[in-house]
Formats: sequence, structure tokens, C-alpha cells
Amino acid sequence: MSFINYSAREINCKLVYYGPGLCGKTTNLQFIYNKTRPESKGKMISLATETERTLFFDFLPLSLGEIRGFKTRFHLYTVPGQVFYDASRKLILKGVDGVCFVADSQLERMEANIESLDNLRFNLEEQGYDLDTIPYVIQYNKRDLPSAVPVEELRTTLNTSDVPDFEACAVTGEGVFDTLKALAKQVLTELRKGT
Amino acid sequence: MLNPQLALYDQELSEIQAVADKLHQDSRARTVLIVDKNGQMIAASGVDAQLDTTSLSSLVAGNVAATGGIASLIKEDEFTGQYHEGKEISVHMTIVARRIILVVLFDKNTTQGLVRLRVRKADDALTAIFESLASKPQAAQEDVFKEITDEDIDNLFGP
Repeated sequence: MSFINYSAREINCKLVYYGPGLCGKTTNLQFIYNKTRPESKGKMISLATETERTLFFDFLPLSLGEIRGFKTRFHLYTVPGQVFYDASRKLILKGVDGVCFVADSQLERMEANIESLDNLRFNLEEQGYDLDTIPYVIQYNKRDLPSAVPVEELRTTLNTSDVPDFEACAVTGEGVFDTLKALAKQVLTELRKGT
Repeated sequence: MLNPQLALYDQELSEIQAVADKLHQDSRARTVLIVDKNGQMIAASGVDAQLDTTSLSSLVAGNVAATGGIASLIKEDEFTGQYHEGKEISVHMTIVARRIILVVLFDKNTTQGLVRLRVRKADDALTAIFESLASKPQAAQEDVFKEITDEDIDNLFGP
């Protein structure tokens, strides 16, 4: 749910990075944080366990500049990917404006990808959203790893609704900003429709 | 859609700001924040330069969401209030009109009793503002954003 402040002339939107455990959601946010100018970003918050697994969420506020005199602010969140944190994932999806599904390209994580995608669709429906209609992009992460499944295969299995998808290597940053840009663009386009 | 977009205009924002300022003064609190349940700050009073209000708003919303999750697990409707006691600063959080969180940071200059008393008054005032906002038609906002072009959006991201 975007928040438009006409007095301060600001648009605030919430983007959520979703995906199976260890697929690279936090790494995406860390790369964005490291590569963004200090004046365009706030502090990155990670609520993580002692072993640096996301416990509740990561949060990164970003300012992308002005559009028709309105400052655009995006609040980026990740969910905890581990299966048993489902209650937390549901909470983070509340009020979401756009979703990025980060898939792990490794063959051995295909089942986890499918399970997480089903879980995303189900949890969104619980909140009254439809994955087929909300702003949504897919990122195939870890393309650099030797056991990476061919993109066509990932696309057939995970991108059945033919949404924009991107190959990425979040550790080096390849594809990270392309993914963010495509999602932010969809969210702003949706805003134009007045939904 | 389940969550309607929240749009605030000058008039409501100045009314909300007035409630925040009055609560800040009357309760003798250090800081008052009014935060959307999704973690976006709407108004603040008594904020000093060191306070990271963006992070604070997001964490407060996360905290309230987690507590709301506990409430629904034990079949409670909602925990409307929360209090965290610190050595120097304590935090009082109240859910207003089911979608706004009123956050008060206070120190030894005041008491929890006074804060609670003043929060109750502010709660009534804010509920009235947000109820009238909910019944207000939102036609004007759409016109502004309909003018956004693909080029405007592309320009945001630079070359």
C-alpha cells in the first residue's frame, strides 16, 4: 500500500524480496546499499540470528529522486526464507506494493524454489493480493555457480505468468539493479493507474 | 484491494501534526512519532538530529506486526498498547484507528501515567481525523499520477 504525502510531496512504496532460504535476498539488499550514494539511502537494518540468517526482516530505505515534483521513496524488505518462519513472512507481506522473487539457480534448490513460490502465492492470497496482478519480477540468482540450471528451465518452472525476469549474481551485483529498476517501474506504473 | 492507498493532504497533515505537538508538550515526552502500520512515518514532534526516524518507524511497525501475530494466535483481537521500559528512555506504543501507531519516547521528565493519560486524548483526536480521511473521496490524487509518463519513470533511474 503506497503512502502519498501531498503536503511533503512524497510517494512511499514497499517492495519485498521473497525466496527460499539462502537464495540471496539479503545479499541483493547489501549490494544495493553498498552501491547507493549516501544521500539516497538510509540505514540498512538486519534482524538476523547470530549466524547471520534473517530472523524477521532486512530493511533498506532508498530515495530514487523526483517524479513530477514528488520525491519517490522505496522501502525494501526481505523475508526470512527458512520454511519455519512462515508467520513472519506473512507479516512482512502486509501492505506490499511490489514483490521480487529471488530464485536460487542451483539444481539442488529447485524444489525449495517451487515450495517458496507456492508459499508466496498462498500468503499473498491470504492478504487479499493476487500474484498475477500485483507488480512482480523474478530474479534467477547465483548464475555463476557450476550447478546452475539453464535459464530456460527455470523460466518454464517458475515464471509461468511471463513476468519480467533477470539473471543475477547478487554477490558481484550483476543483475541486481536491473531487477530493482524493473520492479520499481512496475510499482510506479501501477500508481499511475490509480489503484 | 484489501489495503487502500493512504493519501494525506495539507489539511489532515497539519491536524495530525497539531495533535503530535500537543501530545509532545502535554505529556512532557522527548519525542512523539505517528507511524503508518506499514512503517512509514506520517508526523513527528520533538525529534532531534540524531534520531533515525526512518529506521525507528520500520522497527516499530515490525514490532507491532509481530505482536499482532501473537494476538491472533491466542485469539485476541489486537493488543492496542505496548510499553518498553529502558534505563533512560522508555517507549509507549498505541494502535490508533486500527492502522496508525502512536509512538511516545519519554524519560524521567515525565511518568508513564501522564503519558498514558495524554495518549488517550491524542488517540481520540487522531481517530476522528483518520475516520474522516477514510470517508473522504480520493478522486483528486489520481489526476496527478495519471500525468506520469513512461519517460518520467525512466528518468528516475538515469541513463
